[in-house]
Amino acid sequence: MTFVAPERHLLRAKDLADSRYAEPLAVPDLARAAGLSRAHFIREFKRAFGETPHAYLLTRRLERAAALLRMTDNSVAEICFSVGLQSVGSFTSSFTRTYGVSPTEYRVSFPPASAHALVPTCVLRAYGRPQRSTFGEDNGAQPI
Amino acid sequence: MITIGTTQLWVHDQDEALAFYTNKLGFEVRSDVTLPEMGDFRWLTVGPAGQPDIAITLMAIPGPPVMDPETAEQVKALVAKGFAGTVFLTTDDCQATYEELLARGVEFSETPEERPYGIDSGFRDPSGNSFRLTQVNERVMA
Repeated sequence: MTFVAPERHLLRAKDLADSRYAEPLAVPDLARAAGLSRAHFIREFKRAFGETPHAYLLTRRLERAAALLRMTDNSVAEICFSVGLQSVGSFTSSFTRTYGVSPTEYRVSFPPASAHALVPTCVLRAYGRPQRSTFGEDNGAQPI
Repeated sequence: MITIGTTQLWVHDQDEALAFYTNKLGFEVRSDVTLPEMGDFRWLTVGPAGQPDIAITLMAIPGPPVMDPETAEQVKALVAKGFAGTVFLTTDDCQATYEELLARGVEFSETPEERPYGIDSGFRDPSGNSFRLTQVNERVMA
C-alpha cells in the first residue's frame, strides 16, 4: 500500500481552485476533489494552508482579475465573469475591500501591460494573490 | 566551469515515484542502487532522455538518525502541500507534450496557456512536487 500524506488530497483541491477558478466552482467541489466531507475539508484545509478554501478560491479569482485589469482592456464585468464570479456588485465590493481601491481605480494606477517584466506566471500567481484580513462572508456553501 | 549534475526531490514512495517518472513522464533511470551497509539506503536517479548529464535524485524521506521523526513528518507534509520546490521543464512543443503526458495519465494542474514568455502548463508528481512544462519564446531565451 502506497503511502499518501493526508495533505496530498488537500493539495488536489487547491490545484483545482488554481486551475478551474474560471468555472462556477465552489467549496463543495473542492471538498469533493479532496474526497472529504465539506465541514471536515474546510477544517483540514485551513489547518494545512492557514486560510479557508473559500478565502483561497476568492483570492485566486481576485488575483486573476487584478492581473486582467493590469494586462487587458476588457471591461470590469467581463473580467468578473471570466474569473468565475457571478455578481459584478459582489466582485467590486470584494475587490475594493481587498485592494483598497475599486477595480477601475486599480487599473488606471498601473502602467500599460508592455511595461511588465517577463516573470513566469506561476510566480505572478503565487506572489500576486492578495491576503484577506476578514473571512466574515465565508459561509462556504454559496457560489461566490 | 560549474554545471548542474544532479538535483534532488523528496518523494513519499520511491517505487511509486519510479513508476511515475519512467512510465508516465518518460524519464530514464540513471541509477538505482541499494546499499545494505547503509540501512538499505536507495540511490535512485532519473533524467530526461535528451539530457544525459542531468539527473534528479528521488530521495525517500529518511527516519532517524538522518531525520528525527518530527522533522520527517514535517517534510512529508511540506511535499504533500506542494511547498517543497518546483522543477521547471522546457519542451519545444508544449501542447504536443501535454497531450502525450496526459494520455499516459499525468495529472495536470494547469493546461497549456499562452503567457508573455511562452506556452506554460503545470503538473505534479504523486508526492505533490510541482513541475512546470514550458515552451519558452525564442526572444526570452536569447
